[in-house]
Amino acid sequence: MLCENCNKRTATVHVTKIVNDQKAEIHLCEQCAKESEDILIDTPFNINNFLTSILDSIQESPIKVDYIKTTKCDNCGMAYGKFKQIGRLGCSKCYGAFEEKLPGLIKRIQGHEVHVGKIPKCAGQNIRIKKEIENLKNELKNCIKTEEFERAALLRDKIRALESVPKNEE
Amino acid sequence: MTKWIDDFGAEDDVIVSSRVRLARNIEDIPFPVALVKEKSQGIFTQVQEAISEGFTFTSLEKTSEMDRKVLVEKHLISPNLIKDYENSAIVLNEDESISIMINEEDHIRIQSLLPGFQLDQAYKIADEMDDKLEQKIKYAFDEKIGYLTSCPTNVGTGMRASVMAHLPALTMTRYISKVLQAANQIGLAVRGLYGEGTEVVGNMFQISNQMTLGRSEREIIGNLKDVMTQIIQKERDARATLLANNKIRLEDKIYRSFGILYNARILSFQECMKLISDIRLGVALDILKDIDSNKINRIMVMSQHAYVQKNAGKSLGIKDSDIKRATLVRRLLGNND
Ligand SMILES: [Zn+2]
Ligand SMILES: [Zn+2]
Repeated sequence: MLCENCNKRTATVHVTKIVNDQKAEIHLCEQCAKESEDILIDTPFNINNFLTSILDSIQESPIKVDYIKTTKCDNCGMAYGKFKQIGRLGCSKCYGAFEEKLPGLIKRIQGHEVHVGKIPKCAGQNIRIKKEIENLKNELKNCIKTEEFERAALLRDKIRALESVPKNEE
Repeated sequence: MTKWIDDFGAEDDVIVSSRVRLARNIEDIPFPVALVKEKSQGIFTQVQEAISEGFTFTSLEKTSEMDRKVLVEKHLISPNLIKDYENSAIVLNEDESISIMINEEDHIRIQSLLPGFQLDQAYKIADEMDDKLEQKIKYAFDEKIGYLTSCPTNVGTGMRASVMAHLPALTMTRYISKVLQAANQIGLAVRGLYGEGTEVVGNMFQISNQMTLGRSEREIIGNLKDVMTQIIQKERDARATLLANNKIRLEDKIYRSFGILYNARILSFQECMKLISDIRLGVALDILKDIDSNKINRIMVMSQHAYVQKNAGKSLGIKDSDIKRATLVRRLLGNND
């Protein structure tokens, strides 16, 4: 879909505007949306459309995805093509089934590739400790960069303490 | 009682409510999008066994369409949940500060909703609820990318922290687009009153984190808090500027809006929201006295479509709905004529 304003670039921002109780759909490219203050004043960004547009742009990329080889999740039957349409994965195993394509998409949406937040107890003590050590090491690197040596020393001790925790058999 | 509507919170001259939502899925069961009906009951059972006293579990199939819509209007569930109401359910605590949506886009969405600017507290509540569920339920979790969600936009922490902000002065002074653009550039999403894909009404903006992966929950909330603190200040500055330069015009606008709400016999939802925005601003600036922010919240919630009909006890056409709304608002403002 082309941008309604410039008719040149692809429309990636899809907004609904209410004027005199009438709904109007407006489709703009990112650049025109940025320039159009009026539209931004009372319009939301639609995250689903945003995702779909990222998927579209992946599809349009010069590196054509191999269409003949259909990727499908064995567990729930979700095909990658269907996922692209609806923007929803069918089950947690889909992440493994689409491992060739998903990480790139996730990186584009999230800007990151690795989870650093909460870890459920079911994931096991060992993973929790490993993750915590990783996080502390990252923090340590930053401290050294910003020359916060006192804090760095504290972090190093914490890491050593965690590394000496005996591994649970699970 | 609904805590976010009937209670007070910090900075509630600008921030109406704070919310933290955690998306979780149960290991080895297909996500709701690929779920067959029999299996959705199994998820109900797992959640019912994991919650304790003080929580009410309601299968949405057993509720009326009106009641489901009222839950959306109270922001306790998303519009998305009622689309497939035969397979979904909701868990609520007594003051409705915790709600758990079952079989929305993910199996479980824990939501904590509080009045005013209380993101840390909202996270604490959601996090504790999550710990409680986790004792009984085995979540789908991946060592590398965290909590697995149906949409990759939620993977990682599965957390969406958001505030509902009333920003009339920034809108009037046309600074709002710059503020929102800046928020967008640093990874925050801005949406309308009911979340994803809804329009902004009554100068109410829902601002939330966009990314859920690669940052801890604390960092995400810290970032949103920092940005919102600045936006709150900007909104207050804009209000002060309006007062300093255009006091009489501002007072005129607010009193006129009050006059209409206090006397109108026919009120559309759009008009009502516009006028309530002025009233809320008038209360925040102490121009209108004897009204508190709860009362405005109550008017805002109760003047929505389904709520008006619930109050009437029957479904109404647009015309009768607008008349009933006007009556409701007059009564809430103390006009019994
Ligand atoms: Zn354009
Ligand atoms: Zn699958």
